Amino acid sequence: MAVTDKMPELIGKSPLRVDVHGKVTGAAIYTDDIQFGKNLLYARVKRSPHPHALIKKIDTSKAEALPGVKVIVTGKDYPQRIGLYLKDKNIFATDRVRFVGEAVAGVAAVNEEIAEKACELIEVEYELLEPVFDSIYGASPDAPLIHPDMGDYEVANFIFPKPGTNISNHFKARKGDVDRAWKDCAAIVEKSFHIPQVQHVPIEPHIAIAKADDNGRVTLWASSQSPFAQRNLIAKTLGISESDMRVIAPYVGGGFGCKAGVTMEAMPVAIALKAKGHPVKMRFTREEEFYTNFVRQGLKIKLKVGCDKDGNLLAMENTMYWDGGASTEYGVNITRAGGYSSTGPFDIPNVKTDSMCVYTNHPIGGAYRGFGMSELHTGIGQVMDELAEKIGMDKVEFLKRNAIQGGDINVTGMKMHPIGLQECIDKVAKGINWGVKEKASSDNKLRGKGIAISWKAPAMPPNAGSSAFIEMNEDGTATVNVGGQEIGQGAFTVAAQIAAATIGLPMEDIRIAGPLDTQYSPYEWQTVASRLTWSMGNAVRFAAADARRKILEMVAEAWDEDVDDLDIINGIVVSYRSEKEMSLKNIVVYGIPKEDDQGWIGGPVVGQGSFMPSYVTGLDPETGQGPRAVVHYTTGAQGFDIEIDKDTGKIEILKAVTAFDVGRALNPELVKAQMEGGMMQGISSAIFEEIILEEGVMQNPSFVDYRIATTVDVPRVMETYFVEVPQDDGPFGARGIGEHPMTPTIAALGNAIYDATGIRLEGPPFLPEKVYLAMKDAGILD
Amino acid sequence: MTSYHQITLKVNGETEVVNVPANMTMMVMLREELGLTGVKNGCAAGECGACTVLMNGEPVNSCMVLAAECDGAEVITIEGLSHNGQLIKLQEMLIAKGGVQCGFCTPGMLISAFALLKRNPDPSENEIREALIGNLCRCTGYVRIIDAVKASVEK
Repeated sequence: MAVTDKMPELIGKSPLRVDVHGKVTGAAIYTDDIQFGKNLLYARVKRSPHPHALIKKIDTSKAEALPGVKVIVTGKDYPQRIGLYLKDKNIFATDRVRFVGEAVAGVAAVNEEIAEKACELIEVEYELLEPVFDSIYGASPDAPLIHPDMGDYEVANFIFPKPGTNISNHFKARKGDVDRAWKDCAAIVEKSFHIPQVQHVPIEPHIAIAKADDNGRVTLWASSQSPFAQRNLIAKTLGISESDMRVIAPYVGGGFGCKAGVTMEAMPVAIALKAKGHPVKMRFTREEEFYTNFVRQGLKIKLKVGCDKDGNLLAMENTMYWDGGASTEYGVNITRAGGYSSTGPFDIPNVKTDSMCVYTNHPIGGAYRGFGMSELHTGIGQVMDELAEKIGMDKVEFLKRNAIQGGDINVTGMKMHPIGLQECIDKVAKGINWGVKEKASSDNKLRGKGIAISWKAPAMPPNAGSSAFIEMNEDGTATVNVGGQEIGQGAFTVAAQIAAATIGLPMEDIRIAGPLDTQYSPYEWQTVASRLTWSMGNAVRFAAADARRKILEMVAEAWDEDVDDLDIINGIVVSYRSEKEMSLKNIVVYGIPKEDDQGWIGGPVVGQGSFMPSYVTGLDPETGQGPRAVVHYTTGAQGFDIEIDKDTGKIEILKAVTAFDVGRALNPELVKAQMEGGMMQGISSAIFEEIILEEGVMQNPSFVDYRIATTVDVPRVMETYFVEVPQDDGPFGARGIGEHPMTPTIAALGNAIYDATGIRLEGPPFLPEKVYLAMKDAGILD
Repeated sequence: MTSYHQITLKVNGETEVVNVPANMTMMVMLREELGLTGVKNGCAAGECGACTVLMNGEPVNSCMVLAAECDGAEVITIEGLSHNGQLIKLQEMLIAKGGVQCGFCTPGMLISAFALLKRNPDPSENEIREALIGNLCRCTGYVRIIDAVKASVEK
């Protein structure tokens, strides 16, 4: 039986989250809450104080002599390299350190204080090297090499490092002929932007506990978006077989990309392998979370865009220098995503893109909600705003005229699937009362409105897969097993909803098996890329359909009826032909007795399902062209109505509006919650956030000095809308929405600032002092 | 050597006797000595609010209080907000309004909101925002949390 096509009642409803009771009572278990007993050791890390240096000597003798110290490991113990797309990182630095905070040695001791003290006693002799702090300089032939051996590193076949340089990936897109197109342009805008590094700031810092047994098996408990990727990467790197490496991942207290891939989790494993039988716990301090954790890459972007006299976009040149930091094992693919999405959601016939991932002696850049798209759209959204003005067209009309549509051929040669971007633009324009110039609330304030659009595709290997299985229980409930993680986005709730809707159970009859455990949970590539609702959702739907089919076939045989006449409604099998009814209770485990005690039918029902996209193609390395670069794009728009205080430069958001085409909102309240939270994270990054680096040293590694949005920063009015143009291969038509709401935010706010003041800042954060001084320089203050 | 103090305190209505080192914080005592892991460790520096508990009726960052100072104190943690499985209205409204995502800030947020409603049963939106300013949340954008507190006001 095929997956049913009719839309079940539960889809498009907003049942409550399945994880919420434990979370409001303190009962929910996070990694740091697991008890390990008296055998537990605590690990701390010796870190590099230098941005770029050779390690000449490490002397651990004093540290080893400290009572309570059990194990010390250094790069000498583990020369292997690790990495998701490019194996360019060591667990502990071997011969060279490449950023301030890089791990040089790890210590396990009976408590954290002794481990910390031991780190202080480790003596490291360095020979300083010339550092690289700028991505454009880093890409030049003058820059010292940060990874001289890059040519020897193992790399995925869609990443193109340039050995002998600091460029670890160069994505090129060549479409049409930009040089010819410039001649036909009636207006051209050229502009550069700089987007600084920011930090993810989950409220739960990184934590992992590892234990190695005598039989060679290793268990890792981690706050993790990626238990399977961690199993795979750590096992391979340390010469363990995947099935001998077990990763257990309880609830995650915020991820936003920083708990994807392997960031710090290999360190406790490496230490635990030398401390057999002891669990070894490594918990980052908030300071470490700020300056040693993966960051969102910095970006320097140079844009040139042109249109004809009617406002039709003709050409774009986009050159991006990503500040990849000391390692780009994950970041190379952000550069690739920035490349294949380099036009933003615009239809442009002639494009030349160069997206370069550049090693610097800065913190390591990694996945961050949006995966390059916030940074990219910061530039694109603002040059489009300027181009519209230059050609004398209403900005919303310009966006609508040039926004990509279903059927258009995009920058990589892929035919766009149907999308509802036009409707998103309309909703946002209406929401901020676009076209109506409104007065500021007082004389010392300036008012402005801004709008921007964005797109994002799941960035992942072409064959990232999902799986699920569903076990029926004696009481007629179903236990849904998934490998995708609940990081706050509501993945477990949506999985439960899809399973309930597909089988024909009420929501309260679904249990989600947890915590995730690679020993029991079905495979899931990673909880990233806004891919779970779509990809894991499909796996759950297929598993649920499989369970449903098995139940109906059993009952059909028992009743001597046709499966097509049967249905499951609220946990009861019904026949539309005979009007018989039977509860799922007991029969889904024990089966159904045949008449006259002549045997049994059926047995324990388990449904299984898998999903993997099979249609994503490679791209030409020189032109970036190919039939299908990605699985799909989620598109949308965002707008702000703001006031700027002339006395302080402070921005107040009067109204924030966003709309995205989510294909199908399976759970509208969860979709809206993602939009609100994402938009707020975008606002925070636009107005407050920046990792301030001086000579590679982070100057603001605390919540006092690195401010994130609080309750008082929430806009007075926030409106969120979703549009539903279904995805052909999404469960019930759904596409992802986790990351997207923060991708147009910086550009839309930048456009609003421009509207209010005529000032275009080079980049965020739009701090009051920056805005004030720019207004002063521009002579617009009295 | 670290000196130890034997302290007696009331936690969620139960009398507890604990032997604590002089340098142990209340947060660590609650989590590791008493197993109240609903008290979350987000920064250990008094900046994020995840470890907020009520001490003698006042919300405090438990990471900024020494365990030894708790001798004789009455403490309420997230585990003590509901009784016999009966959630308080604030918890119910946080669920109903969708103000929970990853859940890591939730215990501290609930304690701060609970303290607010105890001292000011009918707060304005500004007063709600001010009262929760020390509780950082990275997931929700705060909108639904503020809504939940508003909805919890007994009219």
